[in-house]
This record gives sequence, C-alpha cells and structure tokens, in this order.
Amino acid sequence: MPRLALTTNYAVAHAAKDSDVDVIAAYPITPSTPAAEKLAEFAANGEIDAEYIHVESEHSAASALVGASAVGARTFTVTASQGLIYMSEVLYIASGLRLPIVLGVASRALSAPLSIWGDMHDIAVLRDAGIVTYFVSSAQEAYDTVIQAFKVAEDPRVHLPAIVDYDGFVLSHVTEPVETLEKEEVLKFIPKKITWNTLNPKNPISMGTVGEPDWYYEFKYQQQVAMENALKVAEEVDEEFGKVFGRKYGVVEPFMMEDAEVALLAYGAHAGTARVAVERARKEGIKVGLVRLKLWRPFPVPHLKKLFDGISVVGVLDRAMSLGAPRQGPVALDLMAMYASDPSSAPKMASYTIGIGQRDVRVEDILYIINQLAEFAKGKEIPERTIPIGLRE
Amino acid sequence: MALKEVGPMEEIRNHMQIPRPEYIAGGHSACQGCGHFVIIRHLLKASGPNTIVVNPTGCVEVVTTVFPYSSWKVPWIHVAFENGGAVASGVEAAVRTLQRKGVLSEDEPINVIVFAGDGGTVDIGFQSLSGMLERGHKVVYVLLDNEAYMNTGIQRSGSTPFGAWTTTTPVGKKWKGEWRVRKDMIQIAVAHHIPYAATINPAYPVDMYNKMVKALKADGPAFLHAYSPCPTGWRFDPSKTIEVARLAVLTGYWVLYEYDHGKYKVNVPVLKRKPIREFIKIQGRFRHMTEEQIKRLQEIVDEQVEMINKLVGRTVIGPVEG
Repeated sequence: MPRLALTTNYAVAHAAKDSDVDVIAAYPITPSTPAAEKLAEFAANGEIDAEYIHVESEHSAASALVGASAVGARTFTVTASQGLIYMSEVLYIASGLRLPIVLGVASRALSAPLSIWGDMHDIAVLRDAGIVTYFVSSAQEAYDTVIQAFKVAEDPRVHLPAIVDYDGFVLSHVTEPVETLEKEEVLKFIPKKITWNTLNPKNPISMGTVGEPDWYYEFKYQQQVAMENALKVAEEVDEEFGKVFGRKYGVVEPFMMEDAEVALLAYGAHAGTARVAVERARKEGIKVGLVRLKLWRPFPVPHLKKLFDGISVVGVLDRAMSLGAPRQGPVALDLMAMYASDPSSAPKMASYTIGIGQRDVRVEDILYIINQLAEFAKGKEIPERTIPIGLRE
Repeated sequence: MALKEVGPMEEIRNHMQIPRPEYIAGGHSACQGCGHFVIIRHLLKASGPNTIVVNPTGCVEVVTTVFPYSSWKVPWIHVAFENGGAVASGVEAAVRTLQRKGVLSEDEPINVIVFAGDGGTVDIGFQSLSGMLERGHKVVYVLLDNEAYMNTGIQRSGSTPFGAWTTTTPVGKKWKGEWRVRKDMIQIAVAHHIPYAATINPAYPVDMYNKMVKALKADGPAFLHAYSPCPTGWRFDPSKTIEVARLAVLTGYWVLYEYDHGKYKVNVPVLKRKPIREFIKIQGRFRHMTEEQIKRLQEIVDEQVEMINKLVGRTVIGPVEG
C-alpha cells in the first residue's frame, strides 16, 4: 500500500484511477479544479485507461456521464458550487435512470455574492435528487469513500448515483498522508461488472421514456426504495471495506457518546474541530459527545435514534442555510423531522449555522455552542430559530 | 433484372434498393403527415441494427415512448432537452473505451445517432452540440427541423423563417409573424472543422439515404440538417408533406447540398427556381404576409442561393423562373 502525501482533491482523483473508471467528463471549477487536472494528468501519462471528455460545461459533464453510464461505463467527475447546481437538472435524471455515476464534490458557497470559498450550500441543493451522499472528513476517508461509493452505487439493490462531498479548501486543498491501494486489490473489491440496464444493440431497450400519471409515481417510489436499501448497503460495504483494507468509518461516527448528556451533530471537516472542542469541554466537566454524520442521503435514522437515546440536547452544526425554512440548517431540519412521529423520544434540538462562506470556525466557537447546550440541558429555553455562529452583529 | 440488395451502410442508386427491415415501429402517436418519421425511418434503415439513438426532448421522444410502450427497435435514450450532443459524446466515448477494453466487441461497430429538433439544436442545445462537434466525437447529429417548437404547440425558434406565424410571433397590429432571419446551421457546423455536413429532405429519399451513409462513414462528427414539414404547425393538409418538402427545394428555399472534407456540392441542382410565393401559398403560417414581406423573403432566399453557388464555385441553383 503506497503512502502518499495528497490533498483531498488528489485523493479522489487517485481513487477514481484505482477504481479503473472508463469515462471521465470534467469541467474546471474552484475548488475542485485540481482533481480534474490530476485526472487529466493520469490520462496524459497513460496511467488511466479512460476516455477524458473535455466538456464545455458542467451540464454537459453530467450529460456525457449519463450517456457513458447508460452504455455500461464506470464514470466519474468532480465539481463544486455553481457547477454542481448547473449539473443538478441532469443529476436528477441520472438518479431517475438509475445510473451509478460517482461524483466528487469540493463543496463551496453559492452566488450571490460570488464566493469561491467553502460551505455546503451547493450540496444542500442536491439533497432531494435521489443521490447517495457522503460527507467525509479527511483525504484518506475521501479516497476510501469514492471506492465504497462505486460499490454502493453499482449494487443492484441501489443503482443510484453517489456523491462524495468534501469541504472546499479545508479538505480539498489540504495535504495529508493517504494510504492508496493497488488497482488490482481495488478491482477485487469493486469488480468491473455491468449490473445495471444498458444500451446494447443486442438487446435494445428504451431509456428515459415518458411517465404519464399512470406510471410516474411508481418510478419515483422505486427510487425511494433504492434509497432505503442504500443505507443497509452502505453499511455492508463499509464493513467489508474494513475487513479487507483495515479502515472503516460507519454511516455515523460517535465520539465520547457513551456517557454524554448533550451532543453535537456535525459533518465534514468541522467535525474534526468539534472533536477537539468536545475533548476540551470534557476537561471542563461538561458531559458532551459528538456524532459525525457520514452519510447524509439516505439519512441514517435508526443509527441516530440509537445514539441520541437519552441525550438531553443535540446541537446541529450546519454549513448551509435553507432560507425561510423553520430552521436554516438542512441537517437540523432532517433531525427534527426524524422525531416528528414520536416526539416523546426526542432530545431537545438546537440548530446552528457555522462556517458560511468559509467564515472561520474556531474551537472556541464550538465550545461556546457546547456551553449553550449545557444551559439548554439545565432548562434554559432554546430559541425558536437557528443560531448563527460567527456572524457580524 | 432484380436489383442488388443492399445492407446498412451502403449507398443506393434508387428507392427500390432501400432495405426492407424497419427499426422504428408504427403505432406511435405522431400527427398525420409528420415529416420526422419519414426521415427517421429512412435514416435508421441506412444505419441498421448496430445503432444507439440519442433523442433530446421533443415531438419524436414524446410520441414514441410513452411508458410502457416504445417504437424503437434499436437502443434509445432520452435525457433532457438541451444535452443531445453531450449525451451522445458520452455514449460514443463509452463505446470506444469499452470496445478497447474488450467489454464490447470491436468487430461490430456501433453507430451513434442524435435525432434532435430545431429547439434542441439551434437554441437550447446549441452549446452541447458545439462541444460535441469541436471534440470530434464520431456521432451523426440529425437536426429534424420543423422550424418552431412544435411539441409545446408552435412557438418560434432560432430556425423559424422570416414571415412565419407562430404562437409567439403572432400576427397582430404591430407584429406580422417572425421578423428575423434564421440561423444557418450548416455553416455553423462546418465552422467546427467537421468532415461532413449536409442538408436532407424527405422528398428526396435516395439523396437522404446516401447522405446518411456518408455521414455514418465519416471519420468524425457529421451533421445532417433535415427539412421536416409539420402539417400541424405550418397549417397545411397532412397529405401535402412531401409536396411542401419538394417545393422548398424547387424554390431554392431549401438547397440540397453537402460539405464533404472541404468540398461543397449541390446534390439537387435547380436550373430555374420557382418563386417563393409558390412555397408559401400552400401554408397557412404565411397567409398573412404582405407583398413587401414576400419580397423580403424572396431576397433572403436569393441571398442564400447566391452564397451556396459561391461555395460550389458555379451557378448550380439558377434564377427565379419567369
């Protein structure tokens, strides 16, 4: 297993190479550009046996991959921000056509005002698209998760696109040690087998037909069933990955939750900052734990319910704002909905927004949140709105 | 003497040689007299069974594939409206890679064809088409041009001719139908340095068929601009589709020509053109036109004929008769 110094952008490019992808279609956009460049470098040097389509837009990147995947190719692209939402029309279709396209997304803010910096507004737009969506917290995890994502996406119980989302700059541009795998061992884990319906003259099928009111609903419901299946499949794949390669992550990752009274729910790189804050708060005597959300779609309901059983208050740290919603944090909204049919089992929940447009998130900011959670636990009223952290007064 | 039977991908000498197998089934819900299906039927015969069709949103898609039915006997995909070029790029790239890697057999080449309307080509799909042509994907892109957005109910496109009534260029106190000149898609396609581009017309099936064969054999992207009369949108009797299509050629409104590796050729010379009035008088969409508008449309046709004569280097399309 070669140990390389890689940014997360480079790590996902290496993962695509080691997964023997057949077709790449990529369009540059900050902060995902270095991943597209690295893939081009692999192609230029013959290190990857893939067609690299120099598309003229992200919309065409997604469209070309739909065409390629529909023929049976293993496909990959990277993008961010405006690029991802420009792709969104086609990604909804990719899910509806049940094509196992995998994307790396270096999450970035959305205009206006223009910001090249990181937050999760882009991926939040794709929340309802029918795409298996992972948040990762390190370059190593990004590498491993791209490989896992192919296995989940290509599983006949799933057949959906998958996104591996990593924080723009904080992860995309930070170099970390990454243990990469040999292509042969990766392909043993994710064999090249076309498990989905494809366009083949030997057995002609029509893909992307018209769904009238007598059929459309059934198509959509099947996507929902596939999403539900994806939770189990993602767990199985992670378990198997752990057995074969010695690294596993879980669909949620608890930290100091055993005896916790209050908890944070965080995702992406800032879960690492939260971890440091939790350790410090523990030294100060606050019984706080952390759950890192690894899999956002499908939402790991049973796992979170189990972890938050008996917890007094959960503070959700979101990096996107759903404007005008009852709470701005998209994951906070999910968590609140999760308990809607059984409110008596619910912890109290507080929604926070952090790191919007790459506003700096310090350990102290999260300690401030933890102290607030402790006060909420003692009975202080939780405001009926999202609490913005680091916002100019 | 019996005529030699030809298989797909071979040129023919007359319409009796057009192969019998069909790759698009009847029973679809296209309007009576729809030009699209005369064209598609012949082009698929030229391409044969080893074909994948990419079909952006439009009339053809909605009338052939209402689930659980499909008229397509070859693999067919519809993704969206504006991305036919990009989807076909992906299909072609995947076929190439999977053949190289031994997943698909290299002995059976697969033709990739796009059937797109004028909206999906000259307007919303323009960028996607440009990318596909510029990158050199070996795809035959067929523009089925009925000169407006017919699927949504006759709205103007960048291909709607001067003077034509549509529901978004209505005839009112201020507007008198479309007032701009349509895009020249052949010249736009040629500007991408592609090996083959041609106009086709269902009134000339042998020319149409053979141009498809040339397009399929081209060493890169090929662009076929098909003239496709629409009885519903152009307001003529469905029995007159071929007559309208032929008049377009005989008036010089639709010159049948090709660009083949740098050389232009007019395939159906017209020594004496009929006046444009002959073409417009049988279509309700032009009924409102004033003498001044008709004169202007004649000028537009004259300019186009002059340009094409210049491209081939001699007068192949002659002056208006009379």
